[in-house]
Amino acid sequence: MSEVTTLDLKRVEAEATDKTTFGFWVYLMTDCVLFASLFAVYAVLHGNTFGGPGGRELFKLPYVLVETIVLLTSSFTMGLAMLALQKRDKQAVVGWLLVTFVLGGVFLGMELSEFHAMVTEGNSWRRSGFLSSYFTLVGTHGLHITVGLIWMAVVGIFTLKKGLTDTVRKRLTLLSLFWHFLDVVWIFIFTVVYLLGSLNI
Amino acid sequence: MSAVVSEHDELHLSYGKYITGFLLSILSTVAAYLLVTRGTSTTHVTEILLACLAAVQFIVQLVFFLHVGEERKPRWRQLILLLMIFFAVVVVLGSVWIMYNLNYRMSPQQMNQYMQNQTNSGL
Repeated sequence: MSEVTTLDLKRVEAEATDKTTFGFWVYLMTDCVLFASLFAVYAVLHGNTFGGPGGRELFKLPYVLVETIVLLTSSFTMGLAMLALQKRDKQAVVGWLLVTFVLGGVFLGMELSEFHAMVTEGNSWRRSGFLSSYFTLVGTHGLHITVGLIWMAVVGIFTLKKGLTDTVRKRLTLLSLFWHFLDVVWIFIFTVVYLLGSLNI
Repeated sequence: MSAVVSEHDELHLSYGKYITGFLLSILSTVAAYLLVTRGTSTTHVTEILLACLAAVQFIVQLVFFLHVGEERKPRWRQLILLLMIFFAVVVVLGSVWIMYNLNYRMSPQQMNQYMQNQTNSGL
């Protein structure tokens, strides 16, 4: 009898987790629509350089490639953290989270130094419509990365202090979804903004 | 009992999938990069190839990292993903289309012509 009730309880809990994950997934998809509108703005304004430099003059592709590989690797290490979570290996989870955090930090640092270099050269968002849309699109992604890093630090500390409880596991799952999702958005920024922007057509 | 939880809770993850996904995404990123930096002639073919590589990367991320397609029925996540893709395509292509059209119709030449016509007709 008690066996049955615990089983039911577990099932109810599992369904609740399922609902949380689904709700978060809906948030991610609506965030995608936000990014889509920023991509639309960029697509419309990318030619309006107002006599200023365009993408071909501004973007340093090798630098951006390194940035991209760093972010892709951080997505992979987040996946490894999820594998460790599946094995209930707390040390490995925290370890891989730390690696992901460092890689994410490196990515953010590289992006900020890129922005800094552009702004000090006089090519800030005030220079042209192209640069406004560029900074809005890439900056919004950077803001998401910043939030992700803060979240990762908080969940990491929770994992260390409380162990892999149900709540912590749920939060880790959501965080990994968020992090992989940011990778997906970056792929499109890399292709649309940097690669297509560097073509001379 | 734990099987019930793990089935709902987390999908069955494996190293192989993550490593395959990682390698594929790195390969397609580097391929796209080389296409732009080493490409001798940049044509619209290059643009189409870049779009294809971006699509490959997108699918790799979805399948190998976000585990799309492993969901059991009813597949609500997949449905809302498709809806998002539809919205994104409409927003981006629609904006580009309408703004291009607007630019074309409101080019200075056309506007001059329009004003001249208005003046000639006595307005």
